[in-house]
Amino acid sequence: MEHQHTVQQTLPPNPEKATLEGRNKFLGFWFFLGGETVLFASLFGTYLGLKGSTHTGPGPDELFSLPLVFIMTMILLTSSLTSVFAIINMKKGNYRGLLLWLSVTVILGLAFLGFEIYEFYEYVHHGLGFTTSAFGSSFYTLVGTHGAHVAFGIAWITTLLLRYRKSGLTLTNAPKFYVAVLYWHFIDVVWVFIFSVVYLMGIGG
Amino acid sequence: MADHGMDPTAPLKGEPTKKVKRKLARETRTQVISFVLMIFLTSLAFISIASDAIPASFAMPFILLLATIQVVLQLYVFMHLNERGNGWANVMIWSAVIIAIPTVASLMLLLGIVKW
Repeated sequence: MEHQHTVQQTLPPNPEKATLEGRNKFLGFWFFLGGETVLFASLFGTYLGLKGSTHTGPGPDELFSLPLVFIMTMILLTSSLTSVFAIINMKKGNYRGLLLWLSVTVILGLAFLGFEIYEFYEYVHHGLGFTTSAFGSSFYTLVGTHGAHVAFGIAWITTLLLRYRKSGLTLTNAPKFYVAVLYWHFIDVVWVFIFSVVYLMGIGG
Repeated sequence: MADHGMDPTAPLKGEPTKKVKRKLARETRTQVISFVLMIFLTSLAFISIASDAIPASFAMPFILLLATIQVVLQLYVFMHLNERGNGWANVMIWSAVIIAIPTVASLMLLLGIVKW
């Protein structure tokens, strides 16, 4: 067994965790997500503390519209499912399926980002700037940080799609795809609290 | 030993075993059911706010409960926290939640009530 030159190419059941590097990436990424959770907790706490301080600017109930937020929520939730399909295809050894479902995820992410840019544009026109009030600052910081995560996720997955468009599934890129999809799910986890705490409670409370 | 002689950049060929395929089919079904459930929970949360018949005193805790259920589904079904061997991932995220709750509570109280 000293000189084993045959290249092992069979598909393992969990290609993302077949190597030590893959397992380390997985563990390290969950550590990172723990940090992200606390980051967003501090932004949520700040927003909840300051949402009543509207000064002379408009408040949440004057700005937010349920239909827009509902569409954005559905888009992001669906993109979470398409990224799940991507990973299922990866584990089945269907590389084309992986690339296809991740492309759909990116397109849905871009649609979400488009709606968010439109939303912020509208709010600025209604008189809510970043420095208008404490509510404005904390709202744009919280929702904007989430939007920046969406933009980063889109750039990340697009980079993977371009770089590995011809390589096929390997033990090197499987953990990379897997971790990028975990990041995408986390973006949706944060959005669940944003639409509940910021928008729904802003309109109903 | 398992990694010996293995080229991590070689394309992986072949099909998963029948057992793995069955497991993946089961997983897909669970995930699609969870997705439908998430859509339902989200719609319920929006309806409870859009409808005038439901008082805000009920809608607020109700929305928070729905959000929590949805996040647990997302973490355990979509992000595979329920799978064996992911114990440390659970430790990481739940440690974060334990730190996040007092963070939110203290910021709300300090900024919102004390009005610094």
